[in-house]
Amino acid sequence: MSELLLPPEHRYAKIIKEKLNEDGSELSVLNLGPTHPATHGIFQNILLMDGERILEAEPTIGYIHRAFEKIAENRPFYQITPLTDRMNYCSSPINNMGWWMTLEKLLNIEVPKRAQYLRVIVMELARITDHLICNSILGVDTGAYTGFLYVFQFREKIYEIYEEICGARLTTNMGRIGGFERDWSPAAFEKLDTFLKDFPAAWKEFENLFERNRIFLDRTVNVGAISAEQAMAYGFTGPNLRAAGVDYDVRVAHPYSSYEDFDFIVPVGKSGDTYDRFCVRNAEIWESLSIIRQALDKMPAGNEYHAQVPDYYLPPKEDVYNSMESLIYHFKIVMGEVPVPVAEIYHPVEGGNGEIGFYLVTDGSRTPYRLHFRRPCFIYYQAYPEMIKGALLSDAIVILSSLNVIAGELDA
Amino acid sequence: MALENTQIQDKLTETFSSSVFNFQEERDIFSVETSADKITALILFLKNDADLRFHFLTDLCGVHYPDNEIDRQFAIVYHLHNWYENKRIRIKVYLNGEKPEIKSISNIFLSSNWMERETYDFYGVNFIGHPQLKRILNMDEMVSFPMRKEFPMEDSGRTDKDDRFFGRTTTNC
Repeated sequence: MSELLLPPEHRYAKIIKEKLNEDGSELSVLNLGPTHPATHGIFQNILLMDGERILEAEPTIGYIHRAFEKIAENRPFYQITPLTDRMNYCSSPINNMGWWMTLEKLLNIEVPKRAQYLRVIVMELARITDHLICNSILGVDTGAYTGFLYVFQFREKIYEIYEEICGARLTTNMGRIGGFERDWSPAAFEKLDTFLKDFPAAWKEFENLFERNRIFLDRTVNVGAISAEQAMAYGFTGPNLRAAGVDYDVRVAHPYSSYEDFDFIVPVGKSGDTYDRFCVRNAEIWESLSIIRQALDKMPAGNEYHAQVPDYYLPPKEDVYNSMESLIYHFKIVMGEVPVPVAEIYHPVEGGNGEIGFYLVTDGSRTPYRLHFRRPCFIYYQAYPEMIKGALLSDAIVILSSLNVIAGELDA
Repeated sequence: MALENTQIQDKLTETFSSSVFNFQEERDIFSVETSADKITALILFLKNDADLRFHFLTDLCGVHYPDNEIDRQFAIVYHLHNWYENKRIRIKVYLNGEKPEIKSISNIFLSSNWMERETYDFYGVNFIGHPQLKRILNMDEMVSFPMRKEFPMEDSGRTDKDDRFFGRTTTNC
């Protein structure tokens, strides 16, 4: 055993020594990560291996920790969205909207129905991108590259819709307190229509490629299974929990942004294995598409895209130059001189990976006194060593991608 | 909603008398305060009681209040959730500023393991009985606890930034 791989005082060194004396075979240590292409992010796991079986795993996290909670304590409220973008960067609009809704709860702002529906649309698009990446990457990890390349162009289409809405693609920084920064352009709706027309057929093809594929079934069924009780004990939420058979969904439990207006089912799995996680995410994509269609159908007429809250919503730039009132509001907002109530708020939203929570403590100043992000990845990644115990090395990779652990969300 | 705040309050007062106090509905979450030595008993009770059934630990985090009196300078905030009745509760425990310590709940909720490690990492709160209380997001060699308010966000010696013109001073940022 090389000391370069493992310091002699590491507990694995002792186990290896004892085990060697016992039966003559040698256990080995493998560093999975921190930067291995198969882990899709910066995670390190020190694995104790018996041949190709994993006996124990020791995860190390924090490689891209950026101290968002500390930064948030030093930034005005509207400058915190860019931080939320960078948590789950596969579905940043959900994080953005979650943050605005937290503030709206704090300030008691009622968002107009149309803006709420627009938010629902963009959040469901984000959920589609999140699940699309997770499932197609799971395909890549089991050896099917084509499906990934094929559906990935539709993520591109969604990013083009984001571009029409807010100008950015990955880290969107979308929305403002009370709604959006601008109304959606006709091009955004056109692109959305094209997407809704083309994507279902492509996704159906993708599903057909995997759902009854012998190789895929062999690699995923009964791999990394977790029972409902254990999943709850480990704090699982979102699709990973639902795959184990618990139908907890924040959109149903605490409807926000008018989710109660839409009909959708919460898909659940049974065994909590990798295949069930895959299927739950697939089913959620169909539900998301249906929610988007319903939102477009029920969309109230007009062009209202933000609440009338001049204290918190930046006025249009022309008005700032031409009217005294707007200039004053603009100045006060930018300088952070708008009072906020002293309160403690917890606001959950259903993110791509589960319940994203914002725990906000304010003291009346221009910045949060304390802001804590409940990051679903951080909480359920604790179960990973338990889930890969006794599995093959190749299964560990598949389990990791089916859990959809996003490094940015894990480390904040 | 079937499970009412008053019902929770009555049950808790009945079992813990005056060591659970400060009941209030803050915005949409019912919150209570307790003393550090009662935390494991309280959380176990909330989890296992046949009516309350707060079986899911949503969140655990710390808050630093350096301006409070010495016995209330740190707070640990627990958010529990009862999925059967869809009811949330917030538990707040204040700790001593010199020597913040509290019993770990990692044997009640497995998920609290890393959340407690995170709180230790950033606030230096000692969770007694935690199986592996070491840093999690910061590097092991670090000696300070960066989320404490006295820890500056940026190197104070920087000369390339002048924030005075942007409404920020050392006291309000």
